[in-house]
Amino acid sequence: MNSSPNAPAAVDIRGASKTYPNGTRALEPIDLTVREGEFVTIVGPSGCGKSTLLRLIAGLSAPSTGDISLSPGFTPPRLAYVFQSPTLMPWANVRANVRLPLDLAGMARSEAEQATDHVLDLVGLQECARAFPRELSGGMQMRVSIARALATGPRLLLMDEPFGALDEITRNRLDREISELSARENLTVLFVTHSIYEAVFLSSRVLVMSPRPGHIAGEVAIDAPRPRRAAFRNMPEFFARSAQLSEMLGAAMTEAAQ
Amino acid sequence: MNARSWTTIAAPVAVGLVFLLLWHLIVAVNDIPPYIVPGPLLVLDTLLQDWDALFRSLLITLQVTGSALLLAVVLGSLLSVLFVQSRLLEAALLPYAVILQVTPLVAIAPLIIIWVDDPFDALVICATVASIFPVIANTTVGLRSVDTGLLDLFRLYGASRTQILLRLRIPSAAPYFFAGLRVATALALIGAVVAEFVAGTGGTRSGLAYQILQAGLQLKIPRLFAALFLITATGVVLFLVVSWLSRLALRRWHESEVAQEDTRRT
Repeated sequence: MNSSPNAPAAVDIRGASKTYPNGTRALEPIDLTVREGEFVTIVGPSGCGKSTLLRLIAGLSAPSTGDISLSPGFTPPRLAYVFQSPTLMPWANVRANVRLPLDLAGMARSEAEQATDHVLDLVGLQECARAFPRELSGGMQMRVSIARALATGPRLLLMDEPFGALDEITRNRLDREISELSARENLTVLFVTHSIYEAVFLSSRVLVMSPRPGHIAGEVAIDAPRPRRAAFRNMPEFFARSAQLSEMLGAAMTEAAQ
Repeated sequence: MNARSWTTIAAPVAVGLVFLLLWHLIVAVNDIPPYIVPGPLLVLDTLLQDWDALFRSLLITLQVTGSALLLAVVLGSLLSVLFVQSRLLEAALLPYAVILQVTPLVAIAPLIIIWVDDPFDALVICATVASIFPVIANTTVGLRSVDTGLLDLFRLYGASRTQILLRLRIPSAAPYFFAGLRVATALALIGAVVAEFVAGTGGTRSGLAYQILQAGLQLKIPRLFAALFLITATGVVLFLVVSWLSRLALRRWHESEVAQEDTRRT
């Protein structure tokens, strides 16, 4: 499913900026609207404020100026966050890790177990439900992290370079799964990455951010229908958009260097 | 059992046997009288002969040590939780915990013994004072050493302070707590023995330290050695018990107790 330009806004950001107490300007005032069902990816070099923007939207950090509004039904626990690292509790097995958001919300045990089973099936983890995080590979740990994010049945998914530490083969597979999942569950996704190819493969829209201080330097729409198959990586549109983004990113970097 | 675990048992046992043999030979060859250094066989003989009295004292020392350790764990953990919940409380109280720790037990034990009527209670208080600090220090660090990503996650889902404490801080603190508990166990036993030396009280409820004191005064050196052996053995057994508890609690997830074989799945 793809969002139309007229879909209602899920996230509306008006002039939000972030300056840290030590005076570092992480983010210039930013305007951004993410519509329901959109898959928006932010690419940019380190220090361009991508993660800061995500943390502001999640409410993990307060904007210094401006306003961030989430539409009703897009706030926690219907908002989920997948961090750069799997961020699992090492003392709890996979099942308990995935169930955590439901436990924190005080959901009844049987209901929580049912929801946990459902998402474990969704990401193909049912067999490792009793394993502890340290017994799993990096890719599997990330799957657990995604399952946990999905446990509350979110409508808005924020993902901060979730596959950055994984090998390319695992990353491509998880990209495909996320693409399918987001389309099937009609998730609105905000995804941060370093990788232009990952951005083009996943997104309906890609934002290019530039550092010092962070701002949005440009934006590219990718119209191919989602979810996309592996073959999309060999299509002319994939190459054209990748080249376009690469050029924009290069220009943004030169601008930042001057 | 593989070759490596055999060596970890056999090597120290061999050293012990060689030591006992040398001890026996030196005493026998030089004809050293038992009131200076008794041979290992004579010590064993005394241990068996005086077993009833020594065992009764051992139980008293164990009771003091156990009660003190329990108090240290409960009070120490509670204080740590308070410290982590309130920086003000920590700032106000921690210096006094440090003062208590750096003041030699032998210097304050006489005061405690004068102030507290029941000698048993006085010994427990002394041993608690000796052993509480590692529990406080380690548990406080542990409760603070929380993964910032996990803390973000808990905050995102609106976790309460109590939920963060119970589900995040306390499990994170477990490895630190157990490390502190090992130190505290040894200190509790030392505290129990030292305090009884200072108290010097006898009667029906006297511990191993009093047995040593008495045996020394009466020049019953083999008995002194036997009591000393019991204290050491108690310390070793307590250490093993605490290590076992720690392994039981942490072996599934913490690097310090996880088995060497790699069990990763892909």
